[in-house]
Amino acid sequence: MTSNGGNNGEVLLEMRGLRIEGQSEDQWNEIVHGIDLTLRRGEVLGLIGESGAGKSTIGIASMGFARPGCRISGGSIVFDGMDLRAASDEQLRKLRGSRIAYVAQSAAAAFNPAHKLIDQYSEAPVQHGVKRKGEAEKEAMELYRRLRLPDPENIGFRYPHQVSGGQLQRAMTAMAMACRPDLIVFDEPTTALDVTTQIEVLAAIKDVVEEFNTAAIYITHDLAVVAQMADRIMVLRYGDLVEEDNARDMLANPKEDYTRQLLAVRTYRKEEAPPDESPVPLLEVRNVTASYGGRVIVLDDVSVKVGRGRTVAVVGESGSGKSTLARVITGLLPPSEGAVLFDGEELPATYKKRSRDQLRHAQMIYQMPDTALNPRQRIRDIIGRPVSFYLGLKGADREKRIRELLEMIEMDPDEFIDRLPGELSGGQKQRICIARALAAEPELIICDEVTSALDQLVAEEILKLLQRLQDDLGVTYLFITHDLATVRAISDEVVVMLEGRVVEQGGKADIFTPPHDPYTDLLLSSVPEMDPDWLDNLLADRAARKARGEKVMETSDQ
Amino acid sequence: MAKILKMVTQRLALGFLTLFVVSMIIFLGVELLPGDFAQEILGQSATPETVAAFRRELGLDLPWYTRYFDWLGGVVQGDFGKSLASRRDVSDLIGGRLLNTLFLAAVAAAISVPVAMILGVLAALYRNTLFDRTINVFTLTSISFPDFFVAYILILFLAVNWNIFPSISNVSSDLGFWEHVYRVILPALTLTLVIVAHMMRMTRAAIINLLASPYIEMAMLKGISRSRIVTHHALPNALAPIINVIVINLAFLVVGVVVVEVVFVYPGLGQLLVDSVAKRDIPVVQASCLIFAATYILLNLTADVLSILTNPRLLHPK
Repeated sequence: MTSNGGNNGEVLLEMRGLRIEGQSEDQWNEIVHGIDLTLRRGEVLGLIGESGAGKSTIGIASMGFARPGCRISGGSIVFDGMDLRAASDEQLRKLRGSRIAYVAQSAAAAFNPAHKLIDQYSEAPVQHGVKRKGEAEKEAMELYRRLRLPDPENIGFRYPHQVSGGQLQRAMTAMAMACRPDLIVFDEPTTALDVTTQIEVLAAIKDVVEEFNTAAIYITHDLAVVAQMADRIMVLRYGDLVEEDNARDMLANPKEDYTRQLLAVRTYRKEEAPPDESPVPLLEVRNVTASYGGRVIVLDDVSVKVGRGRTVAVVGESGSGKSTLARVITGLLPPSEGAVLFDGEELPATYKKRSRDQLRHAQMIYQMPDTALNPRQRIRDIIGRPVSFYLGLKGADREKRIRELLEMIEMDPDEFIDRLPGELSGGQKQRICIARALAAEPELIICDEVTSALDQLVAEEILKLLQRLQDDLGVTYLFITHDLATVRAISDEVVVMLEGRVVEQGGKADIFTPPHDPYTDLLLSSVPEMDPDWLDNLLADRAARKARGEKVMETSDQ
Repeated sequence: MAKILKMVTQRLALGFLTLFVVSMIIFLGVELLPGDFAQEILGQSATPETVAAFRRELGLDLPWYTRYFDWLGGVVQGDFGKSLASRRDVSDLIGGRLLNTLFLAAVAAAISVPVAMILGVLAALYRNTLFDRTINVFTLTSISFPDFFVAYILILFLAVNWNIFPSISNVSSDLGFWEHVYRVILPALTLTLVIVAHMMRMTRAAIINLLASPYIEMAMLKGISRSRIVTHHALPNALAPIINVIVINLAFLVVGVVVVEVVFVYPGLGQLLVDSVAKRDIPVVQASCLIFAATYILLNLTADVLSILTNPRLLHPK
């Protein structure tokens, strides 16, 4: 973003020694340890860090707000000459929505399901007495048009559930703009979106923030995204500042190790596995068509082959049918046509008719380790169950095997075997899920978005672990993901899916080297890069190609 | 709207099916009751021959299924048969009583539903304050007393000591509307005290449950006032569970008011039912039970339709 604020504008927001405490079991623990933050008019400040860094907590503290279970315990917050810590509730209420606005991560959850978009837009201006309803509605339509929402005159009269995720996120940005605030806090506004949709939202946000010269705090865990948006970046970790610098300088010349790690996060590449020499592939999905309830077809004539010891990545956006493919393979959803072959032998369509051995051969790891583990079971029982169910081990043999598995996933058996899932971190829980899948000694493991819910550095460790297990045990992976960086890191072969069909498939090198299928091209070009000019260049390039009359594929979430 | 009409029709059809099953259960249930009407009327001294002759005269000697289908055939045409005790048409007997019961229920609902909702919203708005606790203690106390006790307390103060309302609710069809309301005020207040706690606590809980939602946080960060957040952002989304509880309580107002009717000597359906059971007057018992079942079915249908009307996801599909 152009530095129209830079270092010489008037100071809008100043935090000094900000401390915030969070409550856990009747005890207050400090989660933000004395942060200094200065924001000038029109400036965009990026807050970046992994979960637990305190970035979101700091972001909403700029509105004098602390979430339930948190409290601002020290330091000062001064907004445009007003001390927010000394301000009354009523003074803060008048400030919020009118001079400082907030854009939440999940627009689908942050819009009230009971009211139309445009009513929610005009609520703040009307309640703050800034504008009358009719006037606010007219402005809403104008902003909807600016944010390139389809049918701007009428989209506001829809309810939130009638509008797609990317559109909602833009409608929320419009809502934040309603009173023309001096400052907007963007709290991970694109994290829940597909990459191709993310571009549209990023471009729209950037556009209006520049247009109205609004200052912004842009919170994200993705350095490549913040590089497009921010003039200045603060890197946070565990509630402390790691590094703060001008965006371009930080990307070109990071000073701290942690920043360097974040910058390097998507550079991991595995070595290609040897090709499968045997005549029949380990898994073959042959012309599968499937639907939910017989109406909407989710998979349309899909064929995929997975060779022994290889990693095949299935990549696509939400609604592409990639998770449904996993459900068909595991027998949770019998296909209406086609078949699933394992080692050349056709599997019964439903898991209920598969033998224990057929079930054992294909195991699954899920996206959310939190919900995939029974919170009331200890690690010993979680891993021990498949050990005794599939392999029939009991007593000391079972215990020995559980310990071996824990060592395989690089977790100390003595320390972890008696713990409950609640006592583990997200990455550790996902390791336990991997161990549970390995316990069945499967030949194929289906990984469904296994790194999507994890922080980037943790995700990379999980990918490395999966790779080491493949090298040691020769297990085959079907790796379902929406994240092309993950595909690039771990796959041997790639299957690109769109709206239930396979668009393109082949070796990783083939897929990532042009010429592509138009959709693959759209997908690949939409992945943010660390270059601060990437978004501007990409949009200029797409516009130029359109101007030359070339067909440019765009996201269906327009 | 077409979808709602279709649903209402489907549910009504299902409701009739349920009523049919219920009618059979009622009939069989009554059949299983110990005691015999003929014996009851003629007294201990009657000879077995007299009792048998009387039974034959009433048709009680026929097998149960013949009597059931005779009865059902009549019900379908609106004929509930004749009372065994008074030989009058059951529909005449019940008609006025039913209107009285519905009138009392309507007055009680008109007081209790708004009071419960307003108290619930206020309690949610000022939760964990002295106000919230006072309301909770008061409503929970009133629900904890048996209804006849509440009724006598009200009579003591409002009728005997201060003489504001009549202690006996004797009504007849020639009374004017407001006079009728005046006479049923005490039973209506008693019922209000009994049911308000349930509805008020559900309103409070349903709203508080939503106060942790992201869209409530969003409203706070938009600088919306607390009262508007509760009434405009939380309440519309909390209506479905509240409506369900209200409807259960409305059904109670129709079918569960026997004791209150007895205390205030109010000529309602409940009292008639109790008298008829004592007399083994089976046609009246069956008709009353059928009306109670129909009340539940209709009120639940209303609740479902209202829940849809308050849910934009169902009212405005994609």
